[in-house]
Amino acid sequence: MNEILQLLVYGLVLGSVLAMGAIGVSMIFGILRFAHFAHGDFMTLGAYLGLAFIAAFGLGAWWALPAAMLGMAIVAVGIDQLIYRRLRRTQPVILLISSFGMALILRSLVQLIWGSDNQTYVSGIQFPWRLDWLGGLRLKPDHAWIVLISAGLIVAVHLFLSRTRLGKAMRAMSDNMDLARISGIPAERVIMMTWIIGGALAAAAGVFLGIDTRLHPMMGWTTLLPVFAAAILGGIGRPYGAIVGGMVIGLSMEMSTLLISASYKPAVAFAIMVLMLIVRPQGIFKGTL
Amino acid sequence: MELAGITGYLISFLTFTGIYAVLVLGLNSQWGFTGQFNIGIAGFFAVGAYTSAILTTPGSPAYLGGFGMPFVAGLAGAVLASVIVGLAIGLITARLRTDYLAIATIGIAEMIRLFIKNEDWLTNGVRGIAGIARPLAGTPLDTPLGYLLIVAVFVVLAYFLVERAYVSPWGRVLRAIRENEPATAAAGKSIARFRLQAFVLGSALMGLGGGLYAHFFGFLSPEAFKPLYGTFIIWVMLIAGGSGNNRGALLGALIVWGVWTGTELATGLLPSHYATQGAALRVLLIGVLLQVILLTRPQGLLPEKPPKLIAKRPH
Repeated sequence: MNEILQLLVYGLVLGSVLAMGAIGVSMIFGILRFAHFAHGDFMTLGAYLGLAFIAAFGLGAWWALPAAMLGMAIVAVGIDQLIYRRLRRTQPVILLISSFGMALILRSLVQLIWGSDNQTYVSGIQFPWRLDWLGGLRLKPDHAWIVLISAGLIVAVHLFLSRTRLGKAMRAMSDNMDLARISGIPAERVIMMTWIIGGALAAAAGVFLGIDTRLHPMMGWTTLLPVFAAAILGGIGRPYGAIVGGMVIGLSMEMSTLLISASYKPAVAFAIMVLMLIVRPQGIFKGTL
Repeated sequence: MELAGITGYLISFLTFTGIYAVLVLGLNSQWGFTGQFNIGIAGFFAVGAYTSAILTTPGSPAYLGGFGMPFVAGLAGAVLASVIVGLAIGLITARLRTDYLAIATIGIAEMIRLFIKNEDWLTNGVRGIAGIARPLAGTPLDTPLGYLLIVAVFVVLAYFLVERAYVSPWGRVLRAIRENEPATAAAGKSIARFRLQAFVLGSALMGLGGGLYAHFFGFLSPEAFKPLYGTFIIWVMLIAGGSGNNRGALLGALIVWGVWTGTELATGLLPSHYATQGAALRVLLIGVLLQVILLTRPQGLLPEKPPKLIAKRPH
């Protein structure tokens, strides 16, 4: 029982990370109609930008989060303006190829600047809280923060999408591009906002991963497949679905370690994704694919 | 470097180019002809390579194998195994949009690599499989040049196969699907079936490329099938050469492999403690090269020729 509770906590932490990535993937798909393959490496670069910031100013680990989110939002908009914007007039699949190339460019940049070794935000071990009222469950403060902060970010995204003009415009563009354009929605501004949110959330996912475990140039790439699985599960193009998808995939991946070897965790995400593609390819919340 | 060294280097370079050419031709039948986005080439490449290695190596207690079959049987097994994997992926995704295929293929490639890495009984895990037989062992042609000739024969065979497919009525349907799916469906063609066939043809060629690689290198480990070497560089080759054009595919393989090995020579001149940085720099260059091609010449060096208009009419 205790073990299951413990895995539940790990599952929620991983689910929060995946949801942060999957919201961005889903939004970018909804607006620009392509699967953004550099999203995993957005996470990686975000995590390292946070590391550079706290190292430069000698701050605590959690300061990496705002710095990374701000930095990655700028980088994402920059990449879009420099490369993706020029490819938008062609088929969306050209953007897909370009993003795949961008993934490798970002990863090799991270390797060039920060090297290929494991790095951490803070050295040393964090002592977990022991929750006796929950059967002696051990909860790391960092894990609690990861889940709480992602919940806060999710609420912020929700408020943006439902309460602001730009957020509503974004939903309109995602639902029907042509109709949105003829009703005078500023497409370029919506696209820029999509990259700001997508980049910032990817950076948050990266920092969470870095705080939970360590930083490594491959950290984002290995998380990309579960992120895509979460986006597809929730219905790609549906940010709310991505949150549910992230939680389901995260919990399943951690729970699967009760039954099979932990090295097959990514395979669990993949299996759920394939099952979903066969049974209900539009996802739980009828996506736009 | 003396002359023998240069010749040896050139032979090895051309052999690699030939193996990549087979893979690029396979990708061309999927992406170039039909518009199917496979970024799990590394998976098919690995399945082919390992199948051939397991079938042809002598017995070993460490992993499955020891069938000691001849080279040709190994290659046939490699093709068959990738066809089976290609069928499975194709059946799941043939009805769906191309983005799904992209995600599913990268997933299968990573799963295959994970499987190879973890299932020691089958593949000897990270220790890899060594001592894969050279096909011409025991004959006077057992030289690098001899193997280059074998690879060349397969490149020529693969080229004529896909070129024939391209101009055939079957290939015309594939291009029609790529250009206008609803119109092709309206003309009564089964989109899903043609897509599946093209995908399986491409998978078969990728498996063949894997088999050729195994017998050239003589040693396999999961590291060789990371997305970079197994997938990305093949995409850059096809796009640089000109997707849809089989001659472009061959040219792309030659040029991009030339650039890749050229940068290896260049970064080799750096001091040794910059070795990892050098490798990252090369990847960066190839990535930038891809973006430049996409932005400035997306049709590639040898673009696909538009079909000839049928002007002759009976008077």
